[in-house]
Amino acid sequence: MPARAALARIGDVAADDVLPLVGRLWGGARRSVDELAVRLLGSDFEERARLLQARYAEAGGDPFGLDLETAKYAIMTCAFFHRLWFRAEVRGLENVPAGRVLLIANHSGQIPIDGAMIGTSLFLDHEPPRVIRAMVEKWSQTLPFVSTFFSRVGQVVGVPENARRLLEMGEALLVFPEGTRGISKPFSRRYQLQEFGNGFMRLAIETGTPIVPVAVVGAEEQYVNLGNLKWAARALRMPVFPVIPQVFVPFGQMPLPTKYFIHFGEPLHIQGDADEDDAVMEEKVHLVKQTIQSMINRGLKQRTSLFF
Amino acid sequence: MAKRAAPKKPTPARRAADGAAAARIQGGAVVVTGICGRLGRRLARQLHRERTVIGLDRREFVGKPKDIKHHSIDVRRKKARELFRRPDIGALVHLGVMHDPRLGAEEHHTWNVIAFQKLLEYVERYQIPKLVLLSSANVYGPRPDNPQFISEDAPLLGANRFSDIRDLIELDMLAQSFFWRNPGTETVILRPAHILGTVQNAPSNYLRLKVVPTLLGFDPMMQVVHQDDVVRAVRLALRPGVRGIFNIAGPPPVALSRAVKLLGRPTLPIPHAMARAGVERLWRWHMTSFPAPELDFIRYVCMVDDRRAREVLGYGPKFDLGSTLRAVDEERWV
Repeated sequence: MPARAALARIGDVAADDVLPLVGRLWGGARRSVDELAVRLLGSDFEERARLLQARYAEAGGDPFGLDLETAKYAIMTCAFFHRLWFRAEVRGLENVPAGRVLLIANHSGQIPIDGAMIGTSLFLDHEPPRVIRAMVEKWSQTLPFVSTFFSRVGQVVGVPENARRLLEMGEALLVFPEGTRGISKPFSRRYQLQEFGNGFMRLAIETGTPIVPVAVVGAEEQYVNLGNLKWAARALRMPVFPVIPQVFVPFGQMPLPTKYFIHFGEPLHIQGDADEDDAVMEEKVHLVKQTIQSMINRGLKQRTSLFF
Repeated sequence: MAKRAAPKKPTPARRAADGAAAARIQGGAVVVTGICGRLGRRLARQLHRERTVIGLDRREFVGKPKDIKHHSIDVRRKKARELFRRPDIGALVHLGVMHDPRLGAEEHHTWNVIAFQKLLEYVERYQIPKLVLLSSANVYGPRPDNPQFISEDAPLLGANRFSDIRDLIELDMLAQSFFWRNPGTETVILRPAHILGTVQNAPSNYLRLKVVPTLLGFDPMMQVVHQDDVVRAVRLALRPGVRGIFNIAGPPPVALSRAVKLLGRPTLPIPHAMARAGVERLWRWHMTSFPAPELDFIRYVCMVDDRRAREVLGYGPKFDLGSTLRAVDEERWV
């Protein structure tokens, strides 16, 4: 029997029609968020994080300050960029061995998103999950929040002692031998490898670590850099000050959604003497550089469009 | 200096001399300078049961065990020299390094450096076979470009940003050059990380604050070591055959924020520029015992690699992180 009072009628409608509808909508929304999360992170994201945490807890905590509780959120953010924004296509993950390894990659794109994307691939898709350790500028340690954030997500100050210790701990160390030369090069020199440092090669030989060459295609176009303002860099005490016109357009601060191709090459086991002359080292470094350059060239040839 | 010199071929005479020196190190009396400090008293209490302990300090030894001979004299006085003339002295442990930032650089220099030079002179003249100096990991200095773990052969850059500890670095260097000049004396330099406990040093005082101020956005990893672990390291350094520099660290490193949280203290994050200006002012008005450059210790890492101490000295911390941190709140009855 329908109720007479207006208020009661509203109550009936609410109970019979609206609530189930809201319930359905809510359930649907939650399911789609969950689906999105699964699509972004994979169904076993939490389990992967726990697995890694247990691994570090076993060793009495990470001495460099990596904290997976914090890193988890960073990885979630990166996963959004990896899966949806850049729709990264990853090949050759099986080439990354389980123990200590040096990942040598080309560096590009003004801000080190390429490093984050390589790291995200290794966390989300590699078996077992790995946390990538990379070396950051010493300068970053003087910045509040930045320094803490870097250490919580497992990044360390770029000095050889730290690299050696990480490899002794059996970590995966990501090195960009081009350094700032690579990341802040202007658009006109995209996909041309800059001068490589020799440090990583000495390190690899000394510690007997396999080198996995990595090529990232797609990062160069995310920010179009027209040149470097040296005086501004000096004034702000920054390593470089790139000129990027797109940041003045609304939403242009975000990187352009280019498609990323990340290719892990086969591991190189390089023998030799770590105390060898620079000339001998350079030859070996050249070999790695050539490998990466040809991987990049192959990637560029296979790429049909910038964004798809 | 980090590695031990290759042993020479032992001739019988040399072996006999070594044996005599070892016996003297093991059985002889130990002179402890700065014995009246909190760390000194802890060391004395442990040592005096096993061997003769002679105290040397300007201060009075309150609650001194009966069998410790204590001399309240200034190391720089002639009377101190008489003390070292005894033939049965096996070792000198130098803890009497003054760390009071309120006293100026001049006072620090005359006390710390001149006194230590005198002591080195006595050790050399009377051929004391063992010298232990308690230096500090602070001599490396907190710096943005530090490796996460500094090894013993790293340069001592602590005074670059904090000139008040120049004299501590000078002491360390004096001991190092003494090590090379006098192979007859086994010189040991200990560089412990932040010592926590009832001691009155900056890190313990800092963690004893009711509200712990931190620098906004900075949360470096830290190493802390329990005072009794340091005492144990000194005792290990007194064994014959041990020489060289040893970094001493405690339990695995911990982020500053976590350490404060484990102690259950509230923190007060302050932007670093503001903190520096504020502490400078407070320091000038005599309202704090922390000089402003010490803020770098809660901003950058200054941690040591203690592998050498673990391998050569046989040292390992006995106290875990929780008990090391809680030691700052212990009753200070000793």
